[in-house]
Amino acid sequence: MTEGIPFNVPFLAVAVMVGIAFYIIISQRNLIKLVMGLSILASGVNLFLITLGYREGGVAPIYTHTPAGIMVLPIPQALTLTSIVIAVACLALMLSMVIHIYRHTGSTDSEKSRLMKG
Amino acid sequence: MRKIAMAVSLSIFIGFLIATAFLIHPFGYPPSEMDDYIIENAQSETGANSAVTAVVFDYRGFDTLGEATILFTAVTGVVMLFRKKKREE
Amino acid sequence: MSKIVRTMSSLLVLFVFIYGLYIIMHGHLTPGGGFQGGAVFASGVALLIVAFGSNNIHKSLKEHHLSVLESSGALIFIGMAFGGLAIVFFYNFLVGSPIFGHIPPSGPNPGDLWTGGVIPFMNIAVGLKVLAGLSAILLVMALATTIMEVEE
Repeated sequence: MTEGIPFNVPFLAVAVMVGIAFYIIISQRNLIKLVMGLSILASGVNLFLITLGYREGGVAPIYTHTPAGIMVLPIPQALTLTSIVIAVACLALMLSMVIHIYRHTGSTDSEKSRLMKG
Repeated sequence: MRKIAMAVSLSIFIGFLIATAFLIHPFGYPPSEMDDYIIENAQSETGANSAVTAVVFDYRGFDTLGEATILFTAVTGVVMLFRKKKREE
Repeated sequence: MSKIVRTMSSLLVLFVFIYGLYIIMHGHLTPGGGFQGGAVFASGVALLIVAFGSNNIHKSLKEHHLSVLESSGALIFIGMAFGGLAIVFFYNFLVGSPIFGHIPPSGPNPGDLWTGGVIPFMNIAVGLKVLAGLSAILLVMALATTIMEVEE
């Protein structure tokens, strides 16, 4: 395992996650499944941000009781922190709107709750 | 007809994503000049023992201010959506 | 919930609160900080809501207490940012001064709590904001869905 991974496996995992999330958003009609697809998309983007900043054989960029060695990049980890908090806030708002739509129309189908018919 | 258009566009998009995953820089050797400066000078300029906290609160504190505003707006929206109507009493 | 669940959860929730506050306070020495510690604290509040029922928790924890906590966290954050306005907007003006002003030696070292400058105050402010916000979201959504079950 000292020569590393032969080709970019984590970037392929990100491509598969984003592809599955876009397929869910296009083709599903239930509102809860739409929200799940958006959450998978947010997780895929967070994974992409973290794997951009990995150095071969590195340790965490913290100086308290750390072993010697080169450190991984700290800036993508800071951007991922912000992205996770924003995803949680958007998920809370989306789920409360789904509760309100269910109270008004009585079903969670997105075809039955359109305002403009015709 | 609509299903054929959706399938064609989705397959083009996924092909573009997989082609990007093969052509990006090799995993484990990122190009980095800004992070070398931050790893060397974070302890003497900010006084914190952790480079990630120094980046979040000192070198990029303006992004944290924007994120605090987003959290405040989301909590206000959720609490406002679940109010009860007291107009008849 | 039954009597065993209520007794054990009211004993264990103190450890969860102390763990969350420890993560907030040591944000400049170990991995963690304001956002992570606030999320751990809000999960302790979620344990209380599940064990005792949201109507019982709403008798003593109203929304305007949480609103005061969140607003004070935001005002402390903005106040610390305006403190170094003599040079630049977010300047770290407490490095070298007697409050939180030691400078650590470069390289690996055991951590000293009095380092960091403005960063521990900002950690406390963001931690207050996140714990009040997430607890308010949990409390309001739990109240709304139990009333919906009683009506049907």
